[in-house]
Amino acid sequence: MSIAHPTVVNRPAARAFDLHRVRQDFPILTQLVHGKPLVYLDNSATTQKPLAVTESLERYYTTDNSNIHRGVHLLSQRATQAYEDARGIVRRFLNAANDREIVFVRGTTEAINLVAHSFGRGHVQAGDEVVLTHMEHHSNIVPWQFLCEEKGARLRVAPIDERGELIFDEFEKLLSPRTRMVAVTHVSNALGTINPVKRIIDAAHARGIPVLIDGAQAVAHLKVDVRALDCDFYAFSGHKIYGPTGIGALYGKERLLEEMPPYQGGGDMIKSVSFEKTIYNDLPHKFEAGTPHISGAIALGAALDYLTGVGLENAAAHEHDLLEYATESVSAIPGLRLIGTARQKASVLSFLVDGVHPHDVGTILDRQGIAVRTGHVCAQPVMDRYGIPAITRASFALYNTREEVDALVAGIRKAKEILG
Amino acid sequence: MSDLGELYQELIVDHSRRPRNFKAIQDATAKAEGFNPLCGDRVTVYLKMDGDVIREVSFEGSGCAISTASASLLTETLKGKTLAEAETIFDGFHKLVTGVAKGIGPEETKLGKLAVFKGVCDYPTRVKCATLVWHTLRSALKGDRQPASTE
Repeated sequence: MSIAHPTVVNRPAARAFDLHRVRQDFPILTQLVHGKPLVYLDNSATTQKPLAVTESLERYYTTDNSNIHRGVHLLSQRATQAYEDARGIVRRFLNAANDREIVFVRGTTEAINLVAHSFGRGHVQAGDEVVLTHMEHHSNIVPWQFLCEEKGARLRVAPIDERGELIFDEFEKLLSPRTRMVAVTHVSNALGTINPVKRIIDAAHARGIPVLIDGAQAVAHLKVDVRALDCDFYAFSGHKIYGPTGIGALYGKERLLEEMPPYQGGGDMIKSVSFEKTIYNDLPHKFEAGTPHISGAIALGAALDYLTGVGLENAAAHEHDLLEYATESVSAIPGLRLIGTARQKASVLSFLVDGVHPHDVGTILDRQGIAVRTGHVCAQPVMDRYGIPAITRASFALYNTREEVDALVAGIRKAKEILG
Repeated sequence: MSDLGELYQELIVDHSRRPRNFKAIQDATAKAEGFNPLCGDRVTVYLKMDGDVIREVSFEGSGCAISTASASLLTETLKGKTLAEAETIFDGFHKLVTGVAKGIGPEETKLGKLAVFKGVCDYPTRVKCATLVWHTLRSALKGDRQPASTE
């Protein structure tokens, strides 16, 4: 079992989880918003950053700032070391076999675009098919649409049921000799559904089809082991796992990355350049053209170390407790309908309030200091599946509390009072 | 919660719950669609013009309380107005919801019932909700085929 399903994460924590101490690591949480204590429940959009991360950024710019992989001077050596150390942290976090399989990118979106562009163009031809699910984020739809349009290939979409679970049999039926790629989210950003990715990967591999997993919503909540999963690509963003924006990582099997052409050309991705011929650099540098987000990568390493220090399983167990408590609490509100009731869920509570538009719910909650996401949450096909224009989404992180869930419930009741 | 009361005034809540002129006009002389991609609000505005005068105006669609009430009150306000008068009202309305008209009394704005939207200027993310239907009306008058967008 490579993924910590909720049934697994309930086992005794290795170290005690101290919520009060955790909250002290996030000074942003102590502020007032519209005169009320901030209740930050928009963690699926982006998480807040612990001091370990902000201090890492500051330390880099005040002591080590330099360009990497080229200077003979000490600062450049220190920056290069820290940047490559961060790669090692990401590799260990995902349990990849070696650092050559970890490519730093701007985020999940860039990672998927890289794979669609570099791997996809070499493998997908006219008449071929790419299989997705109905619960994908736009960033795991549009890059494949680009590819399909360019190649005359076809997107096939595996349906989801009313609970928001993938209908596995239907997914499996879509796998055909024409299928060249499967791209699936690990956790749905709109519904919270945890997909059975191991089963998906095994089914695809049984037919020789490579699989990309969009891990943007998963890495902060589930233990990911890319070797146990045997996925071909795994993408995630730093800012959804307590790291900075503008940095993320793509894991790719070395064999595949080796055969793929570079995504972008420029400095750092080359061994030698002449006007006649350019020799590309080794992995992973072949895919990191130009000066990267050095401080971001180092701070992402700090974020992963922070989460490991708290204990990913501790965080997951706490979030699961919050999700269960919140689900129970909001279900008591008359006229409230949950969107996304999969049996395996992570940290996301999406809902509709009868007679109150999500945009109004969002404004009314904001005035009570509660930050949630409203709208189509970058998953319009999910909205279409349920025949709704928008949702309100509360999403939990390791620093949220049961009191904050109570505030959310009171806020929803307020919205009903004003507009319902 | 007094500041929320500034936004969700009784008249706005009433028009959002029971929008007026919420229907299609079968023999409309002009119509246009509007879309706010950020929050998914959609509106279709129907017009029946008599030369320069708006004889009938109605709307259909789905949206938040602010956009629905704004559309409803637009239809009430503009019936019988000339195009030039409609433009002047939109100009005044836009200034009101963006805060440019802040401090000006309701009489001076000459907006009548529309002055009820004065609270919107304190909610910058909601200005687009209030103006979507107005941008859509403009598209209808110009005969735009592309849906109006607040983006």
